[in-house]
Amino acid sequence: MGSKPRLTGYRRQNGTMGIRNHVIILPLDDLSNAAAEAVAKVIPGTLALPHAFGRLQFGEDLELTFQTLIGTGRNANVAAVVVIGIEPKWTQKVADGIATTGKPVAAFSIEGKGDLQVIAEASRVAAMFLQDASELQREQAEIGDMIMSIKCGESDTTSGLGSCPTTSQAVDRWVEAGGTVFFGETSELTGGEHLIADRCIDDACRNLFQTTYDNYIKVIESTGANLLGSQPTQGNIAGGLTTIEEKALGNIAKTGSVPVVGVLKPAQEPPRDKQGLYFMDTSSAAAECVTLMAAAGAVIHLFPTGQGNVIGNPIIPVLKLTANIKTARSMKEHMDLDVSGLLRYEYDLTKAGDMMMDVIERTVNGRLCTAEVMGHREYTFTKLYISA
Amino acid sequence: MAITPPQFLLHHDGDNVAVAMEDLEPGTLHGRSVKQGTESTAVLNHSIPLGHKFALTDLAEGDAIIKYGIKVGLASAPIKKGDYIHTHNMRSYRWEASRA
Repeated sequence: MGSKPRLTGYRRQNGTMGIRNHVIILPLDDLSNAAAEAVAKVIPGTLALPHAFGRLQFGEDLELTFQTLIGTGRNANVAAVVVIGIEPKWTQKVADGIATTGKPVAAFSIEGKGDLQVIAEASRVAAMFLQDASELQREQAEIGDMIMSIKCGESDTTSGLGSCPTTSQAVDRWVEAGGTVFFGETSELTGGEHLIADRCIDDACRNLFQTTYDNYIKVIESTGANLLGSQPTQGNIAGGLTTIEEKALGNIAKTGSVPVVGVLKPAQEPPRDKQGLYFMDTSSAAAECVTLMAAAGAVIHLFPTGQGNVIGNPIIPVLKLTANIKTARSMKEHMDLDVSGLLRYEYDLTKAGDMMMDVIERTVNGRLCTAEVMGHREYTFTKLYISA
Repeated sequence: MAITPPQFLLHHDGDNVAVAMEDLEPGTLHGRSVKQGTESTAVLNHSIPLGHKFALTDLAEGDAIIKYGIKVGLASAPIKKGDYIHTHNMRSYRWEASRA
């Protein structure tokens, strides 16, 4: 690969650039999953995004669910959206939030009609959206047009030695080429949070980062729980990681060396005029984190793993890489890149970075990643507290 | 860069733990530091699987365990040079309640 990747994508009405062209059927709430999934069966080629929540939530927790739904619809990998909810008001609110992008959106509600009528009406619109989306053409794209996100999972000690430093190479190259990258996993910075604070671009950013981190940790520590098995996970421990601090330093090893230019709330879109590396306040659970990052506009995700994670996302490709030779062999169908040769000194980190950029380039241009091929479409909401 | 694949890696010179790069049996091993590229040998006292850690120095209970040149935990029991290190003899210093 040359130093400048040749990228293509779908330019959306608001100027954002996507690398996939999905027509999604988005349920507002758990009750509407059945109708949404039925529409996606009637109109193959559309994609239903069932999820577990959306009822009786309130306050900040409700706002995050709205933000996640709206952000998913707004994502540049999505060409058009059919929203289906149990009642019209919140359904319309989500549709309106998506519609400001200029992309086609339609809203349907079930009360007073029943599933069958809604499925019929929504399917007619979904069919039209799908036909229209099929005519959209790829055009030349720049890294500066695209947001990448990163998060690791089922990490082990090889993550901090190989797959995370390889990801770091891609992060630095992406940002230096004018792109934007999200990282998150708030609790998983513990023991290395000072390293992130030191990289914040100014005092305002640093203070916001520290407050965000402290607030998250306060919740965890206030439980007084023994987190061994949760954070680090049983998989991390099986892979040789012993403490949260050890895991955190491996995690941070994937964030590159560029400055942190801003701090985002979960699922918050970054300002369009300020590119660079952003920290997003997220859970460290893989599907929750990737769902939030996609809702904030990431169009491609890098996922370093050690023991082997299988995660995907419905709307963005999740590229998984490992430096663990056992995982590369035993879970080959889930791995997009094997960098175990790095730990055998068969090549250096720059070369591993080149290999990563090559996979990114091909995936951006349309090659399906393993998660897409394997049907991994985890769409998982972050719940902040109990429902009313 | 034809280098014999190392049997263990440490992140930084001065780290007091190393990581197994293959399933290892007790004996004298060859390895290197990633950051500085310093080659070294070390003795391992136990069988450990790929990715697991062993001590490069003797450690008393409460001593800092250093990896990446940074404290990543404390010895929760006395550890001899070459001993296997994991949840049975190492714990977090940040999350006091997180213990095996």
